[in-house]
Amino acid sequence: MDSTSLLPLPPVTFHVLLALADEDRHGYAIIQDVAVRTAGEIKLNAGTLYRSIQRMLEQGLIVETRERPSPEEDDKRRRYYRISKFGQDVARAEARRMTQLVKFARESGFAGGRA
Amino acid sequence: MWFYRLLLHLYPAWFRAEYAEEMSSVFVSRTARDGWAVAWFGAFQDLLITAPLVHLDALGQDLRWTARVLRQSPGFTATAVLVIALGTGASTAAFTLLDYVLVRPLPFANPSRLVQVNELVHTQQGPARNLASPPNFVDWLTTSKSFAFMGAYIAAPISVNLSGHNDPQRLETTLIQANVFRALGVTATAGRTFSVDDDAVGGPNIAILSHGLALALFGSAPAAVGKTVDLDNVAHAIVGVMPPGFAFPRRDVAIWRPLRFTPGLMGSRNNHILYGLALLRPGVSIREAQADMDVIGSNLQKSYPKENAQTGIEVLPLRDVLAPGSRTLIYAVFAAALCLLLIACTNLANLLFARALTRRSEIAVRIAIGAARERLIRLFLTESFALTILGGTVGFLMAIAIAPSMAVLVPTGLPLGATPEVDWRVFSFAAAITLATSMVFGVGPAFRSSRDADINALRSRGSGATGMDRIRAALVVVEITGTVVLLVAAGLLLKALWHVQAIDPGFHTEGVLTLRTALPSPKFDPPEVRSEFYTRVLQGTRALPGVSSAAYISYHPMEQFSGRTAVAPPGYTGALQNLPRGVRHFVTPGFFEALGIPLRGRDFNETDSRTSPPVVIVSESLARQLWPGQDAIGRIVQADGTRTIVGVAKQIAVRSLEGATDSQIYYPAEQMTMPSYYWPKDLMIHTGDPMALASAVRQIIREVDPQQAVSDLKTLEDLVGAQTAPRRTQLGVLGAFAAMAFFLAAVGIYGLLSFDVASRTQEVGVRMALGAMPGDILTMFLQRGLKLGVAGVVVAGPVAYAAARSMSSLLFGVQPSDPMVYATAAALATAMTVAGSLWPSLRAARVDPATSVRSG
Repeated sequence: MDSTSLLPLPPVTFHVLLALADEDRHGYAIIQDVAVRTAGEIKLNAGTLYRSIQRMLEQGLIVETRERPSPEEDDKRRRYYRISKFGQDVARAEARRMTQLVKFARESGFAGGRA
Repeated sequence: MWFYRLLLHLYPAWFRAEYAEEMSSVFVSRTARDGWAVAWFGAFQDLLITAPLVHLDALGQDLRWTARVLRQSPGFTATAVLVIALGTGASTAAFTLLDYVLVRPLPFANPSRLVQVNELVHTQQGPARNLASPPNFVDWLTTSKSFAFMGAYIAAPISVNLSGHNDPQRLETTLIQANVFRALGVTATAGRTFSVDDDAVGGPNIAILSHGLALALFGSAPAAVGKTVDLDNVAHAIVGVMPPGFAFPRRDVAIWRPLRFTPGLMGSRNNHILYGLALLRPGVSIREAQADMDVIGSNLQKSYPKENAQTGIEVLPLRDVLAPGSRTLIYAVFAAALCLLLIACTNLANLLFARALTRRSEIAVRIAIGAARERLIRLFLTESFALTILGGTVGFLMAIAIAPSMAVLVPTGLPLGATPEVDWRVFSFAAAITLATSMVFGVGPAFRSSRDADINALRSRGSGATGMDRIRAALVVVEITGTVVLLVAAGLLLKALWHVQAIDPGFHTEGVLTLRTALPSPKFDPPEVRSEFYTRVLQGTRALPGVSSAAYISYHPMEQFSGRTAVAPPGYTGALQNLPRGVRHFVTPGFFEALGIPLRGRDFNETDSRTSPPVVIVSESLARQLWPGQDAIGRIVQADGTRTIVGVAKQIAVRSLEGATDSQIYYPAEQMTMPSYYWPKDLMIHTGDPMALASAVRQIIREVDPQQAVSDLKTLEDLVGAQTAPRRTQLGVLGAFAAMAFFLAAVGIYGLLSFDVASRTQEVGVRMALGAMPGDILTMFLQRGLKLGVAGVVVAGPVAYAAARSMSSLLFGVQPSDPMVYATAAALATAMTVAGSLWPSLRAARVDPATSVRSG
């Protein structure tokens, strides 16, 4: 599938992709990661998160992984998610799109920084 | 915590199954970190927003999946949509008719309080509805206590010549009292309706026009008010125009004039010409009104024992003023449509079952990779739902398209317009049956397929599933049953039609031209003016080349409106109700010759004049009733005075083909004693090529009286043929349903066996490898089809009989158990079964054992 076909991404989807960029995470870890990244501005609730996860699984942006942490760190109820190759492509495409937008905004004087 | 888990039930079950554990653990972590207040606040907000969204997500996915799947198999999709459209379209159309004619309130202000009041004569054959005489009606009016308003109107349409606007035309009118309008609660769209003052004898000549007529004559309703129209050469001032769609008492009435009880009308209690229309007082029930009128009826019997013997009064909801035959027909059409819907639905269920079976592997794979069963059922339901919505929409559009053509099935005798309206009621019905179809016939396959689709399906690849086979076979049996029932119904109607067509009307129909010159009163009131008109027209006509005979009669055969009169032997003093009755005709000499009716004794001739002794000709049956086994010629009867019988004519079918048992009594036109209603108006000409004469005859009439309108120019053959038109319509409708059912059931059998053959290819291969011949395989599958056919026919027998009995009033003497009809229907159903089974069976017989076993 074309990596631009899902753009623009819903913000929650993009945040989840960012959270999974460097490591596999379970749901609560994603919520924490997003909260830290946004300095507490975005606190995802469970429903919002898992609705996104369910859609992202269907779209093939992420996959559920069977690799689990060492037994002492693991909670059996937890499921771990990993970004897919397609998910990485889509995240990059979304980032490019946003960069482009910011560039336009700067050129018009709506945003700070160099024009 | 348990409360949070409970709230998670707002999400779909499959979503819960997947994520509930994790969501709960997230919630626990959240509570630990942020405190319960923050956690609960966030959770509530989250649940309320995301739960509906998850449902919508799933629906969107299901719809996308359905659209993809349906696009991938256009043949299946088109078949399913067509099947549903046929079923819902036919039943929606039939419902439209049923609702319009039988259910929906009549289009008046207080439809539930509107009643018709008429006489009820108790005869040996049972009670018969009868018209009331003006004096009786006036007694009802002055003594009854149940009605807010009661008015009288003339029941039979009265034809008038309308002249002064282009060609003279003939229009149907009625005479009506002001109270009828008040009871109906209708007002004029321009001008006014009648007031009670208009009922007074001696008032000015006034008329109310229908909206259509006002438009045709004056361009608009307001433009008509205050103008005049010439009706039978008498100027009438137009006081009002009714709104479009107003129809009373019948939809062909275009002009309403005041009904005035002149001394002439009030003279006789035997002059049965009118109905009463009344609005019940608020709070008075039909039953109370009936009790009120029963008392009045028995008082009238006592006061006027001769005229009112065995005569009661009936109070009837206006909605129920409909011949039982018309009612049965509409129920029959509706039942046939439901039958067709059932067949369509079973076909749909079978299609879905078959499809589910072919997709078992796909389903099993989905389950194996973790799809929840609930989610699968949703997918199937979405699919059947999408199909039924598509089919239902097409069906609804079909129903709208054919609604106007159903006007032929709307009885004319009701105060209703011709075209059934398709409105929200009809739409709701269509939507309801479409949803019901989708639920009943989509849910079954969905549950079955998701249950059967376990991991075994991956291995066995389609064989087995005998439970589903049985359901599918049962569905096909239902289809065949429905088809046989419809075939029997259509067959019985066809046979009834043949019976009616085979009736000998008693006169020759070929080579007879008939046309109507309804002579207006008062211009033709003097008898000698009428005589001159008849004489000149008949002389001119008889002189035309090719004409062998010509005569005038008051109403041509097959006309409903000639009344019946009691005929008494001399000196009879008993009640009129016990006397034989004859349909009354006034004819000019030559009538019997023109219609080829055998006559003993003599025809009327020029010597039968206004001053000569009164004479009469009776039909054989009337003579037999009066003097069994003796000759009637030369005897005296009392029939509109004392008269000598000069001839006995063969019995003919007068008022209708099916009412061939009515006796007749003929009077010479010259000895006319009756009002203008009975004046001879129909010219009958016997010749070689009837229609070739038309313009010459018109020319003769124009020369005799340039203002005289000519109407109803037809051949007698067409008039008699038109008698069977309603039957042909009934047969056409039920026949079309039967044909559609036949087609659908054949498709159903074909589908079932095709699928059978496809899923048992391997088994067939093994059988053939073990020595079975192609002939054996062919027989095996044909037998399976035939068994279903026989089962369907056997089940259909009693059902068809029950249906046939309920429509016996339409069957004109054909027995509901007519063996020929049942045998033919059974044979057709069997032939259909064989036809539907043949192709799949042949395909099975051609299976190559080597390939099929390997491919398994």
